[in-house]
Amino acid sequence: MLQTAAMLPADPRRALPDAYRFMLRARLLDDKFAALYRAGKIHGGVFLGRGQEALSAALGVSLEKSDVFAPLIRDAAGRLAFGETVLDAVRTYLGSALGPMRGRDGNVHRGYPRAGLLPMISHLGAMVSVVNGVLFARRMKGISGCVGAACLGEGATSTGSFHEALNQAAVEKLPLVLVIANNQFAYSTPNARQFACADLADKAVGYGVAAHAVDGTDLAACVATLGAAVAQARAGHGPQLVVAQLLRLCGHGEHDDAHYILPDLKNSSLGRDCLKVAETFLVQEKLASAGELAAWRAETIREIEEAVAQVQREPLPDPFTESWTALTTQDLAEGNE
Amino acid sequence: MSLTYLEAIREAQAQALREDPRVFIYGQDVGAFGGAFKATKNLAKEFPGRVLDSPISEDAMVGLAIGAAIEGLRPIVEMQFADFSTVGFNQIVNQAATLFWRTQVACPLTVRLPFGGTSGSGPFHSQSLEAIYAHYPGLVVLTPATVEDAYSMLLAAVAIDDPVIFCEHKLLYYHLKAEKLPREALPVGKARIAREGRDLTVVTYSAMVHEALAAATELATEGWEIEVVDLRSIKPLDTDTVVASVARTGRLLCVGEAWPWGGVTAEVIARVTAEGFGLLDAPPQRLNAKDTPVPYHPNLWAAHRPTSRSIAAAARNLLRQ
Repeated sequence: MLQTAAMLPADPRRALPDAYRFMLRARLLDDKFAALYRAGKIHGGVFLGRGQEALSAALGVSLEKSDVFAPLIRDAAGRLAFGETVLDAVRTYLGSALGPMRGRDGNVHRGYPRAGLLPMISHLGAMVSVVNGVLFARRMKGISGCVGAACLGEGATSTGSFHEALNQAAVEKLPLVLVIANNQFAYSTPNARQFACADLADKAVGYGVAAHAVDGTDLAACVATLGAAVAQARAGHGPQLVVAQLLRLCGHGEHDDAHYILPDLKNSSLGRDCLKVAETFLVQEKLASAGELAAWRAETIREIEEAVAQVQREPLPDPFTESWTALTTQDLAEGNE
Repeated sequence: MSLTYLEAIREAQAQALREDPRVFIYGQDVGAFGGAFKATKNLAKEFPGRVLDSPISEDAMVGLAIGAAIEGLRPIVEMQFADFSTVGFNQIVNQAATLFWRTQVACPLTVRLPFGGTSGSGPFHSQSLEAIYAHYPGLVVLTPATVEDAYSMLLAAVAIDDPVIFCEHKLLYYHLKAEKLPREALPVGKARIAREGRDLTVVTYSAMVHEALAAATELATEGWEIEVVDLRSIKPLDTDTVVASVARTGRLLCVGEAWPWGGVTAEVIARVTAEGFGLLDAPPQRLNAKDTPVPYHPNLWAAHRPTSRSIAAAARNLLRQ
């Protein structure tokens, strides 16, 4: 289940060590999933967030537990910061019957809708209007002060769902924070074949919503920007569009060698590893010592290894005891012979 | 006092809004304007803040309703025409229909589809899409044929904890009338014997029930007793009532206004031949719309869809076998 989410302190710098630790957990968890994938222990794909952890963690630490969050495939850091456990991430990747999806869905498709963590479907852009709906319903019920966040890549800005949902949020003046990670490639398709506007943040004008641009490789900038965007939404200033520039430091999935990402781009400032940038910053600013960083890393590796060991002992889904009905109204279900 | 099929739909929504504060209506022009067909006439005034105009965004309309359903509300989404629901298809079949199975969180959502052909409506305001929704697991698909069912089944749809595709036939909106609203109804999922007979069973639903009843009246003058089964619900499909009827008559004709390929009529015939092959005295037959888009001109439209005349002709052929 979800754990208590981290709160953003008044001084955003104080959030940085916490945010970094969620980045680190996400990175090490991703490394473990990649290893399990190569060892043939994972059914289906593995989708990593390498290079996007700063943005994702910054969003996660800016949200409160009572908010709603629709992460995408590269948001392990944000999920952990929002309260998802390492155990539930591992359970979903390994198909444990004790996980939130119980083998019915896998990998990045996991969540607890009633706790505000929405499990993504694969159709890009489709989660945004669902976040709108949760916010709309809460307003109808007289609940105020919550924010809904949805994460997308730049490729999803080409979908009709993105357009419909952002326009809808603007019309309804919903407290939506829509975070676009422009990681330069939608699977293999570069920006030049995806959109023709100079800057995706310019789209905000057309929808009548506020825009924020941020360097997605810089944790401090991400925490400041996401913190501000979430605060603006929470204060009733309507939808906020955040566009981050960064580079995906891996393939679309672990099946993809990303040969189409050329060295020039990797060696540019976009290609900096946000985790290393954050480590240097924390040490330089004396927000953490090198010793603390090493200790956190060792502790996190232990936590992940323990979670994997535990999940590997857990029961797998059983087709003979599975309830083969897609309806909650049992007497309206058919085809269960 | 009498009321129409359309008024029954409006009254059911008013009743749902009245008795359950979790209900709201969201759709294009449903607010102050009262809807393209006036199915929400005066409801925005009667229930302030709960009957809301949406942008022309079928995908986001359904997405918002799903989010609201997760949050415990019971949204009714009005598609202006069933045809336009294809723009929201992804949210219906991939998001709403999978939610409970994936997460154990129910998705109580009603999507109203004003569907079916009317004279002059053409390819994009006439479609019958019940089969394509019934194909997906996780949806309930209802097709009321009477004023009473329009009322009671819409109230039932709102009360069901799963996503319901409520197919209301536009041809029945204005001319079909009843004296009063029903106090009780058959449960959802049960078919109804609309007319008893012993010579042949016509299985159909929605507006085609009335075409089939007219055909049965015509055939009665020739001495044939035709039984008409109104399915009421496409999914679940009441196979028992259908097979029991075929057991009495030995002959089956399935009629649907939708396109023929892989539709409700094919499903009914598949079930009857699998479960009641020995009951059949002749090969089961079906009658559907032609396999083209729905034509605009009345001359073409009248020939495109099944009518009482073509149903009677098909029944005569089957009775001769």
